[in-house]
Order: sequence, then structure tokens, then C-alpha cells
Amino acid sequence: MYLILAWRNIWRNKRRSIITIASITFAVFIACVMRSMQLGSYNRMISNAAQFFTGYIQVHEKGYWKDKTLDNSLGSSDTLINTIANTQGVEVVVPRLESFALASYGTKTKGSLVMGIEPEQEDELTKVKSKVVKGEYLTSSDKAVMVAEGLADYLNVTVGDTLVLLGQGYHGANAAAVYPIKGIMKFPVPTQNQQTVYMPLKEAQWFYAANNRLTSIALVIDKAKNTDRIVADISSKIDTSKLEVMGWRDLMPDLVQGIEVDNISGKVMLWILYAVIGFGMFGTFLMMTAERMYEFGVMMSVGMRRKIMQWIIVLEIGFMSTLGVLAGVFISLPILTYYYHNPIYFTGASAEAIETFGMEPAYFFSLEPSLFYNQAWAIFLMVAILGFYPLYVIHKLKPVEAMREA
Amino acid sequence: MSVIKAENITKTYKETAVPVHALNGINLEVQEGEFTAIVGPSGCGKTTLLNILGGLDHPSTGTVEVAGTNITDMKDSKLIDFRLQTIGFVFQAYNLIPVLTNKENVEFIMLLQKRSKAERDKRAMELLEQMGIADKANQRPSELSGGQQQRVAVARALASKPKFILADEPTANLDSVSTANLLDMMARMNQEQNATFVFSTHDQRVIDKAKRIVTLEDGKIVSDETRN
Repeated sequence: MYLILAWRNIWRNKRRSIITIASITFAVFIACVMRSMQLGSYNRMISNAAQFFTGYIQVHEKGYWKDKTLDNSLGSSDTLINTIANTQGVEVVVPRLESFALASYGTKTKGSLVMGIEPEQEDELTKVKSKVVKGEYLTSSDKAVMVAEGLADYLNVTVGDTLVLLGQGYHGANAAAVYPIKGIMKFPVPTQNQQTVYMPLKEAQWFYAANNRLTSIALVIDKAKNTDRIVADISSKIDTSKLEVMGWRDLMPDLVQGIEVDNISGKVMLWILYAVIGFGMFGTFLMMTAERMYEFGVMMSVGMRRKIMQWIIVLEIGFMSTLGVLAGVFISLPILTYYYHNPIYFTGASAEAIETFGMEPAYFFSLEPSLFYNQAWAIFLMVAILGFYPLYVIHKLKPVEAMREA
Repeated sequence: MSVIKAENITKTYKETAVPVHALNGINLEVQEGEFTAIVGPSGCGKTTLLNILGGLDHPSTGTVEVAGTNITDMKDSKLIDFRLQTIGFVFQAYNLIPVLTNKENVEFIMLLQKRSKAERDKRAMELLEQMGIADKANQRPSELSGGQQQRVAVARALASKPKFILADEPTANLDSVSTANLLDMMARMNQEQNATFVFSTHDQRVIDKAKRIVTLEDGKIVSDETRN
């Protein structure tokens, strides 16, 4: 009967209860949409960054990440590659040898990032094959290079031209060679588009006199959320006094920091929203307490314990907040599901402007369960704090005074 | 057997600049089965006395025994349980719970007493029948007249099987027909079930029905008359 009483009490003042429930619904809906957009965009940025270049995990020679020189490259072996490849959750192992060289054609020269790759594995991670806009993609036996479009434009080269590369190899060896250009690639990130040269791994090892050496082993894994577990697994299997295993958080600290700052600002906005809604809810709690003082006094007079009255109030507040939260989730869920599968893409100048920052010109949405239950917890926490007021009033209630004052 | 024994009760309100002496040395004993009216002009202390006899308020001095238990210094939490088991209350404004049906209102007291659902159902219907409003059992209080609501309130007061019922101006909001019906019904309960009633009132129709009339003036009992 207490449940019935609490439920019916809510509908004593239908308009007020509906407004209160609607305000909670609105807050949950807005919060879910905002967080879904934020988390969806963060996930996309991370996966883009990982897929554009770094992978979710990399294995290096210890110290390479701080001082990226060929002298800090690792000696590759089938045992090491197999150990990493056989770790649960690792789908593709992508070996790389990367360093810098001067790229020259005719009278023009520019510093470039030379990436030695296994073409097939690299494509599984970075989908680089799809970025070829002219010519053909590399094979592992080629003695040729692919050049990023921006660099090609600067040097005024195209497919079939010969590119001169000049640099310093492993342990100070001279690195100098000429390569035919097999393909031109276009990257959305400007810095990448203006300086990248790809060549087959074997050729890069020859060019840099770094036979069998790698600067990094990037990994494609099954799920980004398994990163920490896979890092731990690999670390337990390899000699970590010589090698370092890094997850995407360590590989992309700037991105992680940017996301964290943006995430905090998003949370601040949410708490402002909740604070505004909270004042409205508190008004309801004040009213539902003040207008029932006489009734509380009567109930206590006839023998109702304070705890039971408080329990009924808790049920009333619980019903209202639960209804609001459920309504907010049920309204936001189909909308977010739709946009999860159909992101909002920008077009025209705004799209180009966003692309220059290396980001995809679109709003992406997330459907992580935590997105929804975190809003529920936030509402319930707020209600629990605000709900102390009526409970305190009942705790201090004296029946005669309550009936007299009312 | 006395169900109420109040000795040398005083009550002084000190919230105002000048202390108000609402009760000045009240001595009152009510026996089981009495049908007592406490009468007097407005402000004479009737409601204050009823509040103290019902354990809703504490006297400034003096002692109150209800059903053999001294409740003068009883803690609030114990008093709530004591009232639930011992005293029935009827208020001027009925004070039924508006969102419950009439039957649920009567049942509610028994729910607080943790009685079984079957017992609650049975007794609630019995009481509503005795009050002549069994056909209104599943309606809400707002659908009843004032007299009918007050009968539900009496049924609620009786539901807990109290030692006595305190009624504060129970007919103040009722028309003459409703008042007569309510008084007849309470008189019948008094005669047939030996239920003890203590009223505060200045309604002459209630005073006419009472077997004992205690008159207050300025916080003192100025007469205590028993009728046959």
C-alpha cells in the first residue's frame, strides 16, 4: 500500500509532477545527446589517429619513442614477430622502418619522412592503398616509392619520374639512392600530405643500411578497449629491458590530452544543465513538502512513524526521477541509434576547414551503455542530495506544530 | 477502569513575548466507556488539553497516564507507536488521505499496526458497514459529503481498536443532519461496543448527546457534570 500511496501522491498535482518529470527527461535527453556526440567523436578521433598512422599498440626498441633515430631501431626476428602475432587479440602485425631523408627532383629539395612498409600489412592498418590517387600501390618486392601529393606538387613530380633520396643510415652510414615514383597518395592531414614517402620495407632497410632492423612494430587489434590487456600480455612475453610496448594513450599524448580537456568542458556543461534542472526539482520538493505539512502532522498523530513517511517520500521522489530518466533514455535511444549508423557529415567549405585539421568532417555518435547509465546516476545522485530536505523536515516534524502552522 | 488520568496539568507557551498559560492545573480522569465532551469558549484550552491527553504534546508540568502508562515524558518515537496502538483520533477537517479510497483509509491504520491483509480487509468492511457507508468503500474521500467523510474518519479511528477516541471538534464542519447521524452512530458505538469517546466541542448538539460534560475556562476546569 505504501507503493500505491506514493504513486498516487505523485499524481495529486499532475501538472507539477509532469513538469518535474519532463524537466528530468529533457536533462537526460540533452545530456545523452551531448555525451553521445562527444564520446562518438572521441572514439572516431582515436580510431582515425590509430588507423591513419600509429596503430593502437606499437613495439619499439627501448628509448626509440623519446629519440626517434635509426640507431634506436630494433633487430627484427621471426621469433619476436610470431610472439607478438600470437598474442590473443592481435590481428595484424605491421613492421615499419621510418626515418628522414632529403627528397630531390631537378632543382627542388625537401625534407621528407621515409616509411619502409610491408605493403599488405600496412594497408590493413592504415588503408593506405585507398589513398593512392595516381599510379599504383606498392608491392613488397618493388624497388620504387610512393609520394604524398603535397610533396609531389612541391617537387613537381608525378608517376614515372625519378626521385632522389639522400640521408643518413643506421650508425651513420650514407643513404643515397634514386627511385622511380610508382604512385601518388593523398592524405587528409596536411603535414602527412606534404612530407611522406613510402617504400617497401626491404628496400628501406637496404637504403638505410639497416638490414633486418625495424623502428616500430605497429599492431592491429580486435578492440580498442583491449589495448591495456594486450600491452600487458605482450610485455610479459618479450624482453622489456630492451623493448618497449606502448598503447595508443602513450603514442598519442597530445590527442589524449586534447580529448581530456574537451571532455572536462563537456562535463562542466552537463553539470550546469543538471544544476538548472536541480533547482527546478528542488522547487518541487519544497512545494510537495510545504503543502503537506498538515497531512504529515495528521499522519504522525494517528501513529505513522517518521521512517515510514520518509520512505513514502523517497518512493515518490524515486518514482518521479525514474520516470524522467527512463523517458529521457527512451527518447534519446532511437535518435542516437539512428545517428550512430548515419553520422552527420559536413559539406562544402566547413568540411574542408575541418579536414585541414586532420579530422573527419562529421559528427559521430556513441551508443556506449555508460553514456545512459551515467546520466541516470547523475540524476539519482542529485535527487538523493536534494531529497534530504523533505526527509529532514519530516525528521524534525512535531505533529501539533505542523498542524497548527499549516 | 480509568483510561485517562491527568494530574495537575499546566501548559505554558513561551514563544510569544508574554507567556500564554493555556492550561492551569487540570485534573481529569476518564473511565472506560465514557462519552465525554470537553466544552468551553474558543481559546479556553480544549484543543491543548486534547493534544496532551493524546500524547501529541507534552505538558509543562503534571503527569498524564493513558491506559495505565505514564506518557508524560515518553520519547516522541515511542509516543507514535503508543498512539497507534492506544488512541484513535478524529479531526475537525476529517484529514483522510485523499489519494486512498475510503476502505484503504480505514485499512491504513491497520497496515501501520502490521496486521494481515485478510484481517485488514475484513475489519475495514465491517467498520464501514457499521458506519453505513460500505457502498462507498472504493470511492475516494473527495467523492463523499462532509458527514460521510467524518464517518470514514471515525471508522479509521476505531480500526486500530484503541482504548479511547479523541475527537477535536468533530462536527464543526458538518450540517445538522450529518451531525445528528454522526452523533447517533458514535453513541451507538459507545453503547454497543463500550467505545470511549472524548470530544472537544462547542456544538450544543454534541453537548446534548454527551454523558459527561467537562467545562473549561481560561485553562481551568470550572465544572464537571455527569448525566444519566
